[in-house]
Amino acid sequence: MAEEVKLMKGNEAIAHAAIRYGCDGYFGYPITPQSELLETLEDLMPWESTGMVVLQAESEVAAINMVYGGAASGKAVMTSSSSPGVSLKQEGISYIAAAELPALIVNVMRGGPGLGTIQPSQADYFQATKGGGHGDYHLIVLAPATVQEMADFVGLGFDLAFKYRTPAMILADGIVGQMMEKVVLPEPRARRTDAEIAEQCPWAATGRHGRAHRNVVTSLELEPAKMEVNNIRLQETYSRIAASEVRYKEYHTEDAEYLIVAFGTVARISLKAIEDARAAGIKVGLLRPITLWPFPSERLLELSKQVKGILTVELNAGQMIEDVKLATEFNVPVHHFGRMGGIVPNPGEVYDALVKHFPEAIK
Amino acid sequence: MNSEEIIKNGTIVYQRPRLLDERNTHYCPGCSHGVVHRILAELIDEMGIEDKTVGVAPVGCAVFAYNYIDVDWVEAAHGRAPAVATALSRLNPEDVVFTYQGDGDLAAIGTAETIHAANRGENIVIIFINNAIYGMTGGQMAPTTLLGQKTATTPYGRRADLNGYPVKMSDILATLDGTCYVTRQAVHTPAAVRKAKAAIRKAFENAIAKRGTSVVEIVSTCNSGWKLTPVQSNEWMAKNMFEKYPLGDLKNI
Repeated sequence: MAEEVKLMKGNEAIAHAAIRYGCDGYFGYPITPQSELLETLEDLMPWESTGMVVLQAESEVAAINMVYGGAASGKAVMTSSSSPGVSLKQEGISYIAAAELPALIVNVMRGGPGLGTIQPSQADYFQATKGGGHGDYHLIVLAPATVQEMADFVGLGFDLAFKYRTPAMILADGIVGQMMEKVVLPEPRARRTDAEIAEQCPWAATGRHGRAHRNVVTSLELEPAKMEVNNIRLQETYSRIAASEVRYKEYHTEDAEYLIVAFGTVARISLKAIEDARAAGIKVGLLRPITLWPFPSERLLELSKQVKGILTVELNAGQMIEDVKLATEFNVPVHHFGRMGGIVPNPGEVYDALVKHFPEAIK
Repeated sequence: MNSEEIIKNGTIVYQRPRLLDERNTHYCPGCSHGVVHRILAELIDEMGIEDKTVGVAPVGCAVFAYNYIDVDWVEAAHGRAPAVATALSRLNPEDVVFTYQGDGDLAAIGTAETIHAANRGENIVIIFINNAIYGMTGGQMAPTTLLGQKTATTPYGRRADLNGYPVKMSDILATLDGTCYVTRQAVHTPAAVRKAKAAIRKAFENAIAKRGTSVVEIVSTCNSGWKLTPVQSNEWMAKNMFEKYPLGDLKNI
């Protein structure tokens, strides 16, 4: 059977993909520019088809704590929001990470700080990749650049979250949330049965159901020696993730003398700028991190020995550039070009920034 | 059968509930938590629901409740227990889910979660320990602290002009269409304990029958926080708290 191609927004694609993945529950609160996600789920009424619970919570705080509760019982649960709402969720995200629970969190970023704007942004990079909430923890952070990836990363995010018992985040810019594109939705699969959950998640608080011992989901430990052990266990998980789950895509890097590093929609804009640069004789390549954490540091270090300079392009004041500089160990100059406040640059601006920072590139 | 006969026959009429762990609690001697824990352990056993009961512990003195009652537990962030319980109950509709929260958890930082879980009529039981003080953090003012009551953060007594008024949270919850049963009890006398146990049983029956949200407030003592002996605390509670927080059913559908 030929794959069915549909046209929809990125936010809608996530909703469809969640139902098809066999997601057990979605808990969210309306906020622009991601409200279509909750609206689509309410419209599709998955509780009638797959039994998936969909609940509009009273706040983002409540929504993420519902995710915490659902995840504590071994269910595949998710929430979504946009930047100010994700700030509110940070308490719960820290608890979910600390309690070693799987969950999927979607942030369709808008411009900040504060109430900011409803227009697109990538200014939550620090928040998503460096922790966001309190304590030493990481999220697995996936950065989709297409509506297809919005759909695909739902399954990927859940799979990684369950594999490592840690929350995963889809960090999308507002453009890919709102943009309509062709998408092939994943094949539907059944939600896991209670027996399957009991087998896969022996730690889950589901009621004892004959189990000899009780399961307790908590992040509290007042004995420092034990709490340090808990922290070490988390860090070991992050090390395993960093060793195995780095994802990125390269474009035109084989002969590249300069490199652009960009994620999400901005990577696509940069790719157009690269075409223009190559037409002008500048050999530019693109590295698009798909996992922002873990970051593709090793590959960037290799590329830094090949190229003469690196430009990061971001919808912020320069956040990912710090990780690029760390990864490349100052082997080559690393510059930043960004727009803020909801402005999205066109390829010409990216091209101009490249030439401005690397004038020697024009022969 | 008199007491001599009972001792002679070795008949056990009162013992540690099967589901209450044999370990020392971290609660202060004289505190109401121990009695309420005992009631819960007895009831879950008597009702035969230990296999499908999930408790949600708060932040506050009862943060370690999961160390004492032998059912599955989830420890919630401060005030978020009703949100956590909402998802547990919705995603596991055959389970019996209860929260166990203090006044600061339920009526201050978790006000929104409490009101909205109750307003949605989640099929959960909310056990609300109201001792008019923050016990765990060292006796600071709670939303339910009485006017004039001295605490670590109201050292000269709570003043309405500075601190507002004590919140009657159960009265608020009783106005919501989602609650089916809201009652205020105490555990300072054997008679009160029996009544409180009957109330909690009714609340669990409501959750099993999916009648909506049940709230059992237990007006409680905190002798450490109040800086009184356990006996003085019971007397102080009966004299001062019952006037503001009168015992009895506020709603019983």
